[in-house]
Amino acid sequence: MRILAFAEQRDGKFRKSSFETVQTAKRIANELKGELLALVLGSSVESIAGELGNYGAEKVIVADDPSLAQHSNSAYAKVIADVAKNIGAGIVFLPASQMGKDIAPRIAVKLAAGLASDCVALKVEGADVIATRPVYAGKALLDVKVNTPVKMFTLRPNVFTATPSQGSATIERFSVSLQPDDLKTVAKEVKVAAGRPDVTEADIIVSGGRGLKGPENWHLIENLADVLNAAVGASRAVVDAGWRPHDEQVGQTGKTVAPSLYIACAISGAVQHLAGMSSSKYIVAINKDKDAPIFQIADYGIVGDVFEILPELTAEFKKALGK
Amino acid sequence: MKIVVCVNHVPDTETKIKIGADSKSIDKTGVNFMLSPYDELAVEEGLRLKEKFGGDVTVLSLGGDAHKETLRKALAMGVEKATLLKDEAVRDSFGIAKGLAEELKTMSPDIILFGKQSIDFDDAQVGTMVAELLGISSVSVVVKLTIDNGKVICEREIEGGHETVETSLPCVIQAQRGLNEPRYPSLKGIMSAKTKPIQEKPAAAGELRVESIALRKPEAKAAGRIVGTDKSAVPELVRLLHEEAKVI
Ligand SMILES: Cc1cc2nc3c(=O)[nH]c(=O)nc-3n(C[C@H](O)[C@H](O)[C@H](O)COP(=O)(O)OP(=O)(O)OC[C@H]3O[C@@H](n4cnc5c(N)ncnc54)[C@H](O)[C@@H]3O)c2cc1C
Ligand SMILES: Nc1ncnc2c1ncn2[C@@H]1O[C@H](COP(=O)(O)O)[C@@H](O)[C@H]1O
Repeated sequence: MRILAFAEQRDGKFRKSSFETVQTAKRIANELKGELLALVLGSSVESIAGELGNYGAEKVIVADDPSLAQHSNSAYAKVIADVAKNIGAGIVFLPASQMGKDIAPRIAVKLAAGLASDCVALKVEGADVIATRPVYAGKALLDVKVNTPVKMFTLRPNVFTATPSQGSATIERFSVSLQPDDLKTVAKEVKVAAGRPDVTEADIIVSGGRGLKGPENWHLIENLADVLNAAVGASRAVVDAGWRPHDEQVGQTGKTVAPSLYIACAISGAVQHLAGMSSSKYIVAINKDKDAPIFQIADYGIVGDVFEILPELTAEFKKALGK
Repeated sequence: MKIVVCVNHVPDTETKIKIGADSKSIDKTGVNFMLSPYDELAVEEGLRLKEKFGGDVTVLSLGGDAHKETLRKALAMGVEKATLLKDEAVRDSFGIAKGLAEELKTMSPDIILFGKQSIDFDDAQVGTMVAELLGISSVSVVVKLTIDNGKVICEREIEGGHETVETSLPCVIQAQRGLNEPRYPSLKGIMSAKTKPIQEKPAAAGELRVESIALRKPEAKAAGRIVGTDKSAVPELVRLLHEEAKVI
């Protein structure tokens, strides 16, 4: 069986979730005794394709075309589905990134494939791949089986491992043929804030709640985040109050996150907040109320005042990290 | 402008999930259901488009009789028409998309609004699948929508920023928080929603492509350790994160 893994790149750089996807697809390909092919698309991207060899791809298909310079769900989905048909792929993997989620449902329709989205675990049982996906914002885990000849899975970023090892890949070009209609939807401008990682991809998140009293105190959160190279998150109370932008909200109606370390500062731990972050590997809570529900899931807690503890914590980490 | 909003009926965000007797779905006893929060944003956006461009708004839901409650919530917010595509059976996202798309074909809307995802199965599939089945454009995770002379300009969320996407009508738009602040239904709205008719039709057949085999609760995290009650606990916390948890 041939297995296709889509590796997303932006501005000639792969996302970490692409490496995670390729490496996981390779593991599944090995277990099913299949062949893995990775796919890169974009404009002038051939030079980076070889990097996927370090994650287990022996062959990388490159769809390089000026019309693919910017993300277009219609065009990207068409090219990926064409490649999948062309190689006779039995399984297609994509990262469950904002791009992956924007194109996977279209590809699934084109390939008449069942799609299991946002998977956090995959297991081969006989000829089947059983996928585990969080549902109800992570309050439960659902095992699913895809019952179509072609199967598709998107993988939640930051959950599967990506460890490079020396490898090399052969490159194969795929000639893109698109109609004007395929490019009806296209991204024109991309604005990405430089500096801090996104909450969905970060290894460490420092998150603030209403107990911080106002946006003017956010430097306490940001200073700590900077020392740890962490993303900044927020509770909904804070976002609703307009102190922080929506894209930082963590929880059931915000981002679902799974970092190695989540530091919750003056966040009470309402069910909706816990739903979005409880699968973090380690949770630290700082709250002046010893009965705050956040302590029930925190690995380590300090019952105390954030205004006193955060500057101290920042200084201590600076020392520990030699910064 | 002919506007359709597709809405789902989901367990309240407060719900503590209990696993049902079939070990594949939740135990629904005592669970309150609500209009999915992202779909509420979609309804609000639909109403705003109507206020700006004229036309009418229809809400569409596929599911059992219980979905009428959610359709009424949308009617109470000010939507004129509601249709229930009735099917009590379990469907996967493709099955739902297929049922909705068959009905939408007969309606030929200018714009179809969805939430970015249902907060039950968190699939984030139905909206984009409907667009593909209808052969029209789609934009997901939309935080800003502008329509000018048939040209559609959206801002959508990407990792660490935003992307401006251009397309044209007809299209599918999938709402993300930030798009708007949904209105509360007025008392008059709630009263009149009680008498507005909900059209019922059987849903076109779906197809179960993704099968649920087991539902379970994640391993409960045991409460950890209180390291201290003031800033003197900080060095110990840093030590634990470094030496015990090894995350720093
Ligand atoms: C439909 C729906 C969806 C929702 N979705 C989300 C979601 O996605 N994400 C989310 O976060 N919430 C969500 N909520 C809201 C949620 O129910 C809570 O209201 C919210 O999480 C509370 O935010 P908070 O913890 O910052 O504020 P509060 O609950 O007000 O908690 C503030 C905490 O700060 C502590 N504190 C105060 N001062 C200090 C100090 N000086 N030092 C230390 N601690 C201090 C207090 O003890 C308290 O525990 C949702 C609600 C609904 C109804
Ligand atoms: N049963 C349904 N009836 C109508 N619309 C639905 C239904 N299920 C999902 N949707 C719509 O599709 C969006 C994405 O749902 P999902 O793919 O289930 O995450 C939701 O936000 C709704 O707008």
